[in-house]
Amino acid sequence: MSQPTDLNLDHVANLARLALTPEEKARFATQIGDVLVYIAQLNEVDVSGVEPTAHAFPLFNVWADDVPQAGLPVELALKNAPAQRDNMIAVPKVVE
Amino acid sequence: MSSELFFQPVTDLAAQLAAKKISSVELMQAVLARTKAVDAKVQAFNSFDEADALAQARASDARRAAGQASGPLDGIPVGIKDVISVAGQPLTASSKMLANFVSPYDATVTRKLKDAGAICWGRLNLDEFAMGSSTENSAFKTTSNPWDLTRVPGGSSGGSAAALAAGEAIASLGSDTGGSIRQPAALCGVVGLKPTYGLVSRYGLIAFASSLDQIGPFGRTVEDAAVLLGAIAGHDANDSTSFKAEIPDYRAELAKRKGPWKLGIAKEYFAEGIDPEVNAAVQAAIAYYKKLGCEIREISLPHTKYAVGVYYIIATAECSSNLARYDGIRYGHRSKDATDALDIYFKSRAEGFGAEVKRRIILGTYVLSSGYYDAYYLRAQKVRTLIRRDFLNAYQEVDAILTPTSPTPAFKKGEKAADPLAMYLSDIYTIGVNLAGLPGISLPCGFSKSGLPIGLQIIGQPFKEADLLAIARAYEQGHDWHTKHPTL
Repeated sequence: MSQPTDLNLDHVANLARLALTPEEKARFATQIGDVLVYIAQLNEVDVSGVEPTAHAFPLFNVWADDVPQAGLPVELALKNAPAQRDNMIAVPKVVE
Repeated sequence: MSSELFFQPVTDLAAQLAAKKISSVELMQAVLARTKAVDAKVQAFNSFDEADALAQARASDARRAAGQASGPLDGIPVGIKDVISVAGQPLTASSKMLANFVSPYDATVTRKLKDAGAICWGRLNLDEFAMGSSTENSAFKTTSNPWDLTRVPGGSSGGSAAALAAGEAIASLGSDTGGSIRQPAALCGVVGLKPTYGLVSRYGLIAFASSLDQIGPFGRTVEDAAVLLGAIAGHDANDSTSFKAEIPDYRAELAKRKGPWKLGIAKEYFAEGIDPEVNAAVQAAIAYYKKLGCEIREISLPHTKYAVGVYYIIATAECSSNLARYDGIRYGHRSKDATDALDIYFKSRAEGFGAEVKRRIILGTYVLSSGYYDAYYLRAQKVRTLIRRDFLNAYQEVDAILTPTSPTPAFKKGEKAADPLAMYLSDIYTIGVNLAGLPGISLPCGFSKSGLPIGLQIIGQPFKEADLLAIARAYEQGHDWHTKHPTL
């Protein structure tokens, strides 16, 4: 397993779309580093031949009937939008 | 039980309502008055809507007058953790990210409570996005433990537990991902139940870790928890992880199931780190079950020590995905300083999320990232299989497992806040239950010398909540811890 010091906080924060202050980076590096050191004990476990568990009691192929249902009305869907216009959410320009 | 209305259990109040000795409006007014009297100290509520609560109470009285009362919950104020959606009410997850969010729809459990006639009462404080074990991570306020206001109520459903303990609600709903119902129940001296994964719909619950989250009830008594569970359990087409399990009449089954049972004591749960008073109270409970004729067997859950590590890989991975939706675009906080579309994400999330949420998103992103996924996330999923197997093997020998809920009684505010890892380890007895998808209940089993509640956890078999509740009730019937209330 990788060493805890492999944590590239800038890279991971970028993936997570989180802007961190220098103070946060320093603090989190230590705190998350401590957690990763603790987690490293999982390496002791013999997991050969063990299947991973994504859900304790898994369900498969849970189908819904393909019947149209009314969704949220537009006004309700936009109730919490930070900015809106013409029944659409207004955002800064994405494409130049 | 106390003579004050706000300290009586659902079952007693339901009888009084049915006999027209009290009205729902009177009950709601008593709860409101109590809340106004003590919440300045307890700080359990993020907000409450007095007019709406009284309107619900009047509607209940009208139903009853027309002979159309819905059952034992009709007219009962049930506090709601501010992470479960109630249409038209705030839904903040105790986060700046959702400080102004108003729910456009009801959660399935909300709709079921409304169908049962219950009053959906207030928005109860929690650790931000349900991440924490003390409610100190709330972006808005710190809830105090009603038994000692300098101490935490536990978390993340601290508001739900504290409000009930303080008489500010007759019952409440919380959510539990790693112990967030059971641990605050223990620290606040009330009953808290996490159902089997899949028993209760997660539709309308703000998602933290989708394979671990469950909504569950807090009550003054085991019977109250049974009534609440009966109201909210059941398959939901809107939650594809919900099971088509048969829902018994949990309350009726309590009277029928008397044991005796085979109860397991896992040696790994009593090895080290337990406060001596907690250990003494739990040992006394074990002795009581033996006196009732139960067989007590030592069992082993060998992978216990890995549970916290596994959880902080899986839960953080799942939350990093679930919290990606908070991007400042469709709802929630949008930064005013953003320069372009991408910058909206970075700045809105930086401004909207607190430190613990950011830490968990970063950890979760890391363990899922390219080059690290196999070593962390995949390995954790395999160890999860082993943890689950430990429990299922134990259930070949025993009906249920007895443990302390929390290694210590309520700790002082600030004591663990600076050390995330120390905070994580306070969930050491509850976390494996979520990983294995099992039901678990915490009920009061004593007090420390300084008057702090101690909780006993009983872990049950999947979808056997009726047995779990009966085993809990058997203990409760011989003790009166649940009749004690804090002085505020």
